[in-house]
Amino acid sequence: MKIKYIVLIFLLNLTLLVKAHSTAPDIFVQSTVNRASDILSNNLSKEEKISELKLIAKETVDIRGIGFYTLGSARNSLNEAQKKKYAELFEKYFLKSFSSRLAEYTNPEIDVMGKNVLNENYTIVNSLLKATNERPEIKIDWRIYTKDPNNPLIRDLIIEGLSLARTQKEEFQSILNSNDGNIEILFETLEKFSNE
Amino acid sequence: MIKKFVIILITTLTLAVNVNAASDGELLLKKNEPSEVKDCFEKINRATFAFNQVLDGVIFKPVASAYRILPSPVKTGVSNSLDNLSNLVTIPNNILQGDFKQAGLNTGRFLINTTVGVLGLIDVAQHLGMSEYEKEDYGQSLAKAGVGPGCYIVLPVLGPSTARDTIASVGNFVGGDAWYNVTVKNDTHYFRDIDYYSSKVTAGIDFRAKNYDSIDNLEKNSIDFYASVKSLYLQDRQQKILNSKKVISTQDDSDWEEIDNK
Repeated sequence: MKIKYIVLIFLLNLTLLVKAHSTAPDIFVQSTVNRASDILSNNLSKEEKISELKLIAKETVDIRGIGFYTLGSARNSLNEAQKKKYAELFEKYFLKSFSSRLAEYTNPEIDVMGKNVLNENYTIVNSLLKATNERPEIKIDWRIYTKDPNNPLIRDLIIEGLSLARTQKEEFQSILNSNDGNIEILFETLEKFSNE
Repeated sequence: MIKKFVIILITTLTLAVNVNAASDGELLLKKNEPSEVKDCFEKINRATFAFNQVLDGVIFKPVASAYRILPSPVKTGVSNSLDNLSNLVTIPNNILQGDFKQAGLNTGRFLINTTVGVLGLIDVAQHLGMSEYEKEDYGQSLAKAGVGPGCYIVLPVLGPSTARDTIASVGNFVGGDAWYNVTVKNDTHYFRDIDYYSSKVTAGIDFRAKNYDSIDNLEKNSIDFYASVKSLYLQDRQQKILNSKKVISTQDDSDWEEIDNK
């Protein structure tokens, strides 16, 4: 009985310890990168890799948050039905774009170098994508949303100082500006991209 | 006539630097905020962009693809020697921006790399522990002096720019680039025009090769490639003007805050 009790407490502590460690933003990034790297270096077909990468993205990226950030001030003029439709379309678009970008790489080596806590909501995790014969070393910073410390989420990738979320926001803005702010055109564009 | 122009330009710049000595990072950040830069000639810009894409597909991409196959030491050597040459524009701009310490460091870097580093092929200065090299140009100096970017422009062949940066690049051809002076402008018997132009073309190919996958990837996954390139270019300029990688921590977070509070 006593041994069982000790084992139980040990397991409980271990679980708590693992949980506490796994949620530190830098460890969270390194573990996410390692998971993606394992998939990319595995002997899987491109389609299998993409579907595995999508699962990781759903778990670790704040897709909904990025989607509404990307929409800029236009999000305020959407009704509930449009918001729901946009969230669905954006998730499909994001997962396709994200996973097919990553699937091009084979065994990328990324090392987490440090972190900078901006405030209680955000931590920037600094990492380096190692150089290959074909491209130089690349600095990648991860903007991690830490409002819920037990469930950190990726909100942006800053590659050599260039923010992907900002780029996407300005891309969407350009489509809206070219079409007199017509959100339906953006929906059509996202749908077309996802179905291609 | 050119001399007069240079004197007026330098005087104006010096005055502007003094007038705007109080310009702080925040003002610079706001003035060069990508979303604030107007795309006044969007139709022409998009047409030029499409032309550049064709040119890239026919010339730059295939050449960059072949260049990528070269052994790493060769590519590193080429890249180092191009960086070394760019010191000749960086150093006068360090001075124009009042950064005399950096001007001294870059002069030392240039002398060491040109001599011990065999015409810049080896970055000896870096091995000696000198700080990371940051390029400067006349557009950045004008920005530091408080001049706003003006309209966004896509130049044929050369690609994205702004009105300020395009006008500022004239500085290179009126005495502001020692490499241009000894190759094209003056007959020095040591260099020819082709040396200057081939160095510029090689720099373009080197850039394209280094960003080969990223550009392809971006093109394939963008719903508006023109807008993506514009955003990335303007973010890059903003960062170079501020000489800081800290844009990410100071950028406007109001959109995120609005989402978080819902």
